[in-house]
Amino acid sequence: MSARTLLDKLWDGHEILRRDDGASLLWVDRHLVHEGSHHAFAKIGERGLPVAQPELTFAVADHYAPTRDRDHLEGDIARMIRTLEDNAARHGLRLFGLRDPRQGIVHVLGPEQGLTLPGLLVNCGDSHTSTHGALGALAFGIGATEVAHVLATQTIWQRRPKRMRLTVTGTLGEGVSAKDVALNWIAKLGADGARGHAIEYAGPVVRGLSMEGRMTLCNLSIEGGARLGLVAPDEVTFEYVKGRPFAPEGAALERAMEDWAALVSDADATFDREEVIDGDEIAPTVTWGTSPEEALPIGASVPDPANLPEGRAARAREALDYMGLTPGRTLEGTPVDQVFIGSCTNGRIEDLRLAAAVLKGRKARVPGLVSPGSALVKKQAEAEGLDRIFTEAGLDWVEAGCSMCVGMNGDLVAPGKRCASSTNRNFKGRQGRGARTHLMSPAMVAAAAVTGALSDVRPLLKGRV
Amino acid sequence: MAGWTQHEGRALALPMESIDTDQLIPARFMSVPRRDGYGPYLLHDMRFDEDGQARPDMPLNRHPEANILIARRNFGSGSSREAAVYALVDYGIRAVIAPSFGDIFAANAVNNGLLPARVPADVVEEMIEALGGETADARVDLEAGTVSVGGSAAAFELDPVWRMKLINGWDDIDMTAQHAKEITAFRDARRAAHPWAWPRG
Repeated sequence: MSARTLLDKLWDGHEILRRDDGASLLWVDRHLVHEGSHHAFAKIGERGLPVAQPELTFAVADHYAPTRDRDHLEGDIARMIRTLEDNAARHGLRLFGLRDPRQGIVHVLGPEQGLTLPGLLVNCGDSHTSTHGALGALAFGIGATEVAHVLATQTIWQRRPKRMRLTVTGTLGEGVSAKDVALNWIAKLGADGARGHAIEYAGPVVRGLSMEGRMTLCNLSIEGGARLGLVAPDEVTFEYVKGRPFAPEGAALERAMEDWAALVSDADATFDREEVIDGDEIAPTVTWGTSPEEALPIGASVPDPANLPEGRAARAREALDYMGLTPGRTLEGTPVDQVFIGSCTNGRIEDLRLAAAVLKGRKARVPGLVSPGSALVKKQAEAEGLDRIFTEAGLDWVEAGCSMCVGMNGDLVAPGKRCASSTNRNFKGRQGRGARTHLMSPAMVAAAAVTGALSDVRPLLKGRV
Repeated sequence: MAGWTQHEGRALALPMESIDTDQLIPARFMSVPRRDGYGPYLLHDMRFDEDGQARPDMPLNRHPEANILIARRNFGSGSSREAAVYALVDYGIRAVIAPSFGDIFAANAVNNGLLPARVPADVVEEMIEALGGETADARVDLEAGTVSVGGSAAAFELDPVWRMKLINGWDDIDMTAQHAKEITAFRDARRAAHPWAWPRG
């Protein structure tokens, strides 16, 4: 057999059949659903279809999960959560509901529970399903029609994406994280730069990342237009997986380890596209506009549309107008109104530790919300005393959910307010109508909290990590 | 979903890049059941101000009759929310012409009979200029793979699988049902060879 990439091995391993026109029918090992999957449940309900494989389907309350006062649910939020619970009960799905001690954001919970494993195909009706690729799983987001199809058949029709390898060379400096790597490649290649591709992340920087960091990197694949992200599993992965509640153990684990050892791109495999970025060159990065590609190192100035070609200039003018920024001014020092730490991108324990390292013994100059990615992350953080660091700094420590990343649960940024956010999208209105979002790493959000402005976290970290 | 091969309508340019899914439908409208219709929420915050008044300078407010949209690169980037497509379809849009689309958006579009037609950026710029903020007669031919706006035609790119799906109005669940035996055989073989792939507990 000719040399294959990791993508090819995963794809071939799940391909039930391939039509002449190139569409593959793939087997789905894990299907994760959330409140937003209500359209898909309605679709199979209209046809009177059952869920094909309830034991492979898991329901999670996250998008609408209130982060405070869960005893008094009202209106749409109550209805959405109840609909998910009803659908889970009707179809016999395991539910991680609001009162479950394991509840959390689906992309935090899946790996945390050992539902996500190397070599599995994971689908979820959420674009950030790319997160799970960090474990060497073939994981991609799908729309409601496709969710209904997976519910009804446990399979999905897809065309194999093109293969892209993104190698990150060198080493990351202090205060530079996976988030900064992601924002840098997206700024370089564009928000549609990886369209139609699966990205395999490689190189010394990626190997050196923890599972949390790899999840952040894969999570943001979609923001550069990629269909999915992948990291070949290694010892870091295996150590992470072992002992998790739904992960194999004993003989099954030994069998799994044999299979997982093959999950690497062959040395002579070819990619449709190769991209290299230099980790040594990456500085803490923030977005200035309304697309994730509009990102710059914190030391840079706000772009001046006058210096851009006409097509780009119009877009930049519109973005700067929405963001309320002045061309030519330094990004550093731009006052923020509030901060948010959390989300499927940066709501894991390591993210909270880094933010806490900056905030310890300091006061936030602006209000802010810290929402851990799951109830178990919350518990761990509290065991480490991180919650006290956040609350003593003046930030609110709340329950787990998608929260202010997407605002569906009512955690919103008010119109015109500027928020330093550890999330994934700075789209207009994403955090609330008229909200101005600057994406950055959790450590950089903490720096913004301490100074009340966009700031370089590196001086604040001196002697702390 | 009904298949279609040709559509004649009115084209309108929304000359912007990255009209993302959060703009196509803000998240706050997504708990609405589909039967209630999503058309009123299409590009809601672009079409209406904070008081709910229609913005007169928004092209779609000047030309609500448009049913083919032309936009710049990266249309539909972002979330997997199919509601972004429901909003377009329920409003009456049949095709979007742009240099690039978010992958998940494009798949969702095809699943709802909406054509995401990829046309080179320079051709899109010519169309935007020719329209000059107004609408024009336009025609989409799925079999020929062409769009013509105001008399000038251009070829569009579309995955052949998607083209057939739009033309035939195929329903994937019905199509997959024909492969039930292969699916069951695959599942059983996978479970035997890779028992770890089934969740413990």
